[in-house]
Amino acid sequence: MNTKSRTEILAAAALALVLLVFMPALNAWAPENSFFYVSNFTINVWGKYLAYGILAISVDLLWGYTGLLSLGQALFFSLGGYMIGMHLMLMIGKLGQYKSDLPDFLVFLGHWFLPAFWRPFASFAFAALMVFLIPMLLAKVFGYLAFRSRIKGVYFSILTQALTYGASLMFFRNDMLMGGNNGFTDFKFLLGGDVRSAATQRVLYICTGIALLAVYFGCRWLTRTKFGLVQRAIRDSETRVLFSGYSAANYKLFVFVVAAGIAALGGALYVPQVGIINPSEMTPDKSLEAVVWVAVGGRGTLFGPILGAILVNALKSWATQAIPDMWLILLGSLFLVVVLFLPQGIISIPSKVKGLLNRRKKPSDPEGRVLRPNAPLS
Amino acid sequence: MSQKLFQLTAEGVNKSFDGFHAIRDLNFHLEAGELRTVIGPNGAGKTTFLDLITGRTQPDSGKIEFEGVHDLGAMSEHEIYRLGIGRKFQTPTVYTDHTVAENLLLSLAGNRGVFASLFFRLDSTQRDKIDEILTRINLSSHRNRKAGTLAHGQKQWLEIGMLLAQDAKLLLVDEPAAGMTDEETVRTGELLLSLAGKHTIIVIEHDMLFVRQISTGRKVTVLHQGAVLCEGPVDSVQSNPKVIEVYLGRKHSR
Repeated sequence: MNTKSRTEILAAAALALVLLVFMPALNAWAPENSFFYVSNFTINVWGKYLAYGILAISVDLLWGYTGLLSLGQALFFSLGGYMIGMHLMLMIGKLGQYKSDLPDFLVFLGHWFLPAFWRPFASFAFAALMVFLIPMLLAKVFGYLAFRSRIKGVYFSILTQALTYGASLMFFRNDMLMGGNNGFTDFKFLLGGDVRSAATQRVLYICTGIALLAVYFGCRWLTRTKFGLVQRAIRDSETRVLFSGYSAANYKLFVFVVAAGIAALGGALYVPQVGIINPSEMTPDKSLEAVVWVAVGGRGTLFGPILGAILVNALKSWATQAIPDMWLILLGSLFLVVVLFLPQGIISIPSKVKGLLNRRKKPSDPEGRVLRPNAPLS
Repeated sequence: MSQKLFQLTAEGVNKSFDGFHAIRDLNFHLEAGELRTVIGPNGAGKTTFLDLITGRTQPDSGKIEFEGVHDLGAMSEHEIYRLGIGRKFQTPTVYTDHTVAENLLLSLAGNRGVFASLFFRLDSTQRDKIDEILTRINLSSHRNRKAGTLAHGQKQWLEIGMLLAQDAKLLLVDEPAAGMTDEETVRTGELLLSLAGKHTIIVIEHDMLFVRQISTGRKVTVLHQGAVLCEGPVDSVQSNPKVIEVYLGRKHSR
């Protein structure tokens, strides 16, 4: 267990070094035509992957560690994106199509003044606060109602899916004053930096990497406390937890709110990098995609989902260009293969290989002990 | 205070489910530190009685009191749990993916709030307590093993250990010997006997050999159709013609 967790830390550190130091440095300083140059496009794509990694951890914290399959994580992710998007829209200033102080879509809808709830978003600090506050508040209210009524298992998944779908329908409406089906786009400035410039994108990329690292270590700490023990106990046997005197509802509510905040952080970092947010981001299929990343990477681990998010999205980037018609079939097959042959995800491949090698060695093993009785299953 | 103080008293308790009278006019008195075995044929109301004590169901009439002050009929499951009444179910329910030691840690008495659990640290008294329980339930050498990989009997012991960890004053043990090998049954009996005195224990059991082991020199209560049929030392109970008729007799004629 200890060596395994040390390998995981080492792998995480190595990945962090490459992604956070080498890649941005090569992007900034390597000559553009050299072999080592990392293009702006690559930085941008990887920034997206890392933001998805944050989303994946939020899914795993609920699904892998607490047994709550939430299909609402795309909603919290988008809400975080929308909150920062509101700030970005106000920072466009008069550079929009209509040369107005108002965001274009409001001018288009015939508004003369900024709606009251938009005004405070001119402040970055306020928007940043809302990135966490709104999704976490929603999670708190929804979670309170769901967990108090002891809604579990597939019913919880369906309900979170319904919540996400309902919210996307709401955001599609123009009179919500959140950009309707076009959402927010054409961002120009963020904290004085031009979001269209390579330098700003690089900073955003590094921020996303740092955020992912912080979320990773934060969740690592969380899942190793007694809270983490209770969390996994709820996953394995919720009724027993009640008979150990714990209020499972309170514990689930706490994780649900924390996971909403994590997803929102991912969304807030994602939007300035991709330059657009619209209601199609908050659909149940987006949540399901994140579930696939976690399943592929390895649920119930923290490193696995990050790996899954990066790998599946890298595969998606390649496949949607090379074999666009086959992408969904490929994704589906990947999911099936993982569920059938690698239930612990790709992160379990090294230990599986090791297990196979050990079994080969069995006859020559003088001790004759191959399977330790208390070896972890994964 | 001339009257004797009982740890658990049930007086005139009735409970019916959809017309089925599961418990009728039940009177039951238990002294602190007692190890009481409750026997009775199927449907005698044994498990319902435990359900009533633990707040899983509420009595229709009558009163169940703990330590003479707490009216258990009006309290919820976790409130009753916090009074120090712990229950072991028929089938072993331990946290299978947690280690043996973690199972005990989760059961340790203490604040069970979300934030308390975030900043929880195991102190030395708690560590000693876990060690002591591990020794008592004979699982010291298995402390880092996943509970799911334990043998059936060991799981039952672990679950009894979990009750000890929560500092339960009253242990309700439902058919601890079910599905155990003879050797495991004997050891379970020894474990329960070693706990008597420090804890008050109610054991529900079918296996008469096991009942004789743990109740020699102690009181046995026979339930029949939701009421106490007779109460007394195991020998006199077993030779009681009424008991033979409803319980042993029926069993023998099968």
